[in-house]
Amino acid sequence: MTALQGLAMLLLAQSAGELLVRALRLPLPGPVLGLGLVLALLAWPPTRRVVAAPVEAAADGLLAHLSLLFVPLGVGVISHLGLLGGHAAALALVVLLSTIAGLVAAALVLQALWRDAPVEPTA
Amino acid sequence: MLPGARPGGHRAEGPAVSHFVELWLYLSATPLFGLTATLGVYVLAHAAYTRLGQAPWANPVLWSVLVLALLLLATGTPYETYFSGAQFIHVLLGPAVVALAWPLWQRRAELRARPAALALAALAGGGAAVAVALGVGWALGLPVPLLASLAPKGSTAPVAMGVAATLGGEPALAAVFAVLTGLVGAVLAKPVLDALKLRRPEVRGFALGTAAHGLGAARAWQVHPAAGAYAALGLSLQVLLAALLLPLLLPPLLRLL
Repeated sequence: MTALQGLAMLLLAQSAGELLVRALRLPLPGPVLGLGLVLALLAWPPTRRVVAAPVEAAADGLLAHLSLLFVPLGVGVISHLGLLGGHAAALALVVLLSTIAGLVAAALVLQALWRDAPVEPTA
Repeated sequence: MLPGARPGGHRAEGPAVSHFVELWLYLSATPLFGLTATLGVYVLAHAAYTRLGQAPWANPVLWSVLVLALLLLATGTPYETYFSGAQFIHVLLGPAVVALAWPLWQRRAELRARPAALALAALAGGGAAVAVALGVGWALGLPVPLLASLAPKGSTAPVAMGVAATLGGEPALAAVFAVLTGLVGAVLAKPVLDALKLRRPEVRGFALGTAAHGLGAARAWQVHPAAGAYAALGLSLQVLLAALLLPLLLPPLLRLL
């Protein structure tokens, strides 16, 4: 029940995000604004008491199976085989090189700037 | 079976065969088919992935997508028919993006402890990925709408779709590129980071979440809890950066190409 309450809260936050994005013509996706709304609710102690446990339960469930949620979109590749096929080699190279670039850049910068902070013992 | 067959289209091919064909036509046209096929194939792919010791190349999303795509092509089932059922899984991507607020909130102490390092690493990773994608794509002569669909692929699929739409790209293609990027990152992270001799799970996780969004984070979570938490952090920061910066910075650049 807690997880269902949490899912309802996440959907409400997403809906509020979608409405605000459309009403104010903001250049960002509705779920991202919803993420910000939930963060704000978690940061304010009176609302945190209400939302923390349900949001945690729903987030654990959704994020544990996050990769499953990408399958329907991935199968959509069959609708674009023509366009993709025409540029297959170039697209494959772009995806490969840019992903490796992002991986390497993020890892090297964080490693270079890493200082052990007194936050918690390293797991 | 019957390529391009539509529900209700009957063909005489002997009683047993036509009976089976009719059953198939009925089943494949209901939303039940897309939902059952997606979950069923994914559960099998995940079981195989577990049995293979979670080898990166055995990624369950990669194999689920391949098997389902081949199934649809072999049976002539249109994607729209499949999606009428699979959308019940797909809609959960929205609340899943909102749910990233939780790992971000949980990790607020780390964020406060090293905000500059994390912000710079997120900018470097996201910036390098976008710059290389646009640079290589432009050099190889890809048309601008394809470039606009490629630019936001490092953020997670639903966000990439929204950002691509504001950039003049094609949301459906952006989703495909985002999923491909996630797969490439999840599969290549181990050999690439091992080659760089980067062992710290927090750094590896953050890089995975930054470069390969939800699919990278899913992979990181399976390997190490700290890596998973930092992957969630990296992915959430990428979502925010892509949603806030790309619509501001990219339109002038794309107009020049």
